[in-house]
Amino acid sequence: MKERKQILTADDIRRALVRIAHEIDERNGGLQDVILVGIPRRGVPIAERIASAIADFEGVQVPVGQLDITLYRDDLRMRGPAAQMHKTSIQPDITGKTVVFVDDVLYTGRTVRAALDAIADLGRPSCIQLAVLIDRGHRELPIRADFVGKNVPTARSERVMVHLRECDGADEVLIERTSK
Amino acid sequence: MTTDSQRRRHMIDLDDVDAEEIEEILTTTESMKEVLSREMKQVPALRGRNVVNMFFEDSTRTRISFELAARALSANVVSFSARGSSVEKGESLVDTVRTLQSLGADVVVMRHGESGAPYLVARHFHGSVINAGDGCHAHPTQALLDLFTIRERLGQIRDIKVVIVGDILHSRVARSDIWGLTRMGANVTLCAPPTLLGHSKYWLHTWPGLSISHDLDAAIKGADVVMALRLQKERMQAGLLPSLREYTRAYGITPERLAQLGERTLIMHPGPMNEGVEISPEAATSPNSVIEAQVTNGVAVRMALLYRLAG
Repeated sequence: MKERKQILTADDIRRALVRIAHEIDERNGGLQDVILVGIPRRGVPIAERIASAIADFEGVQVPVGQLDITLYRDDLRMRGPAAQMHKTSIQPDITGKTVVFVDDVLYTGRTVRAALDAIADLGRPSCIQLAVLIDRGHRELPIRADFVGKNVPTARSERVMVHLRECDGADEVLIERTSK
Repeated sequence: MTTDSQRRRHMIDLDDVDAEEIEEILTTTESMKEVLSREMKQVPALRGRNVVNMFFEDSTRTRISFELAARALSANVVSFSARGSSVEKGESLVDTVRTLQSLGADVVVMRHGESGAPYLVARHFHGSVINAGDGCHAHPTQALLDLFTIRERLGQIRDIKVVIVGDILHSRVARSDIWGLTRMGANVTLCAPPTLLGHSKYWLHTWPGLSISHDLDAAIKGADVVMALRLQKERMQAGLLPSLREYTRAYGITPERLAQLGERTLIMHPGPMNEGVEISPEAATSPNSVIEAQVTNGVAVRMALLYRLAG
């Protein structure tokens, strides 16, 4: 039996992202060198929403890019089919900038490790930060998030599902448990 | 979505590749092209994997293209040509492949003068085989880079009109292009002298939708792509052509024919060109020509294939 429970509503998601937008501004003492970099798929619309929240309260448009990490994964050999790739598009010069990675769920940390390798091939940011909508724990690497929408204690057997308008038609976060 | 069991191991021809898979390969190619546009043109996707280029026929661009593709994915690459290898000492193809397997090859990229040789190799090799051209049979990576270049320039492949002109009978490029183009919904016209085409029944039996012409001036009317094939000089000696000049007059992309093409019509050639024979220098360097783009895109297409097969 699979049992699903909603842990964030559309409104919760909106508030969490607005709060993250403010925190990014505060932490960096302004936004002049900040670039938001979404990790496909769902990191990309989340980055765009944070950017639009920033535009609302600060009146500045921070650049948004996306970074595909498929070719940098450490589990390519363990996966069956070759994963379909997404586009990478980031402004040409990221050296000296503050790059904020944006993803939907932080879990083992392996995606972030791959993203760190991928961004290093594109330039040398002065600082890299991480913003996630959900931190569900169970890290396998020494990685932590700088900005978290919600900490959700989970079991490894559970699934966290982030649904967004842009990809899934509606905004909500669900947790799925398989009970016997 | 590809599942584990459907995962492709070899790329020998496009006859067993459907439109959906071609589409996926072309999308992956776009991402690889982005990698090649970076200052740092290398990603770690195939780190620690061994790719062997086994070329029994001369080739410059295809071999270098595969080498650069494998290196851009961080694979270890070894290339060898039949000359100077044990093949000259009489080692059979199967023995050679077994040896490569024992040496730890994960992917064999091969070019061979005999049609079908890659199928034999695939039967005796546990890794992946990529056909880089076999006899008159197939050259799938050339066809894929042609498809990619057409889509990149024209925005679509479906419903466009492609004229393939030249020595179609002996061309592995033409055969793979016909598979790819027809799968993707293009209208293909073959244009060649009867001696370099063979029986039209042969072509129409496999690809009923093809058009066949012996009149290039008529065929290029309304064409979106004109693809000239290399004319092998030995065809002359075999008595299949009266003279090169006559061939050029009837089937070459001359400056006069160039003037008849639409502004957006693409001129393609798989290379190496015999300039002044099947294509004039004016046509090869005209704004219609995408011959250099074909070469550039070849590396990205081969990266996409190596990644999909061995990644």
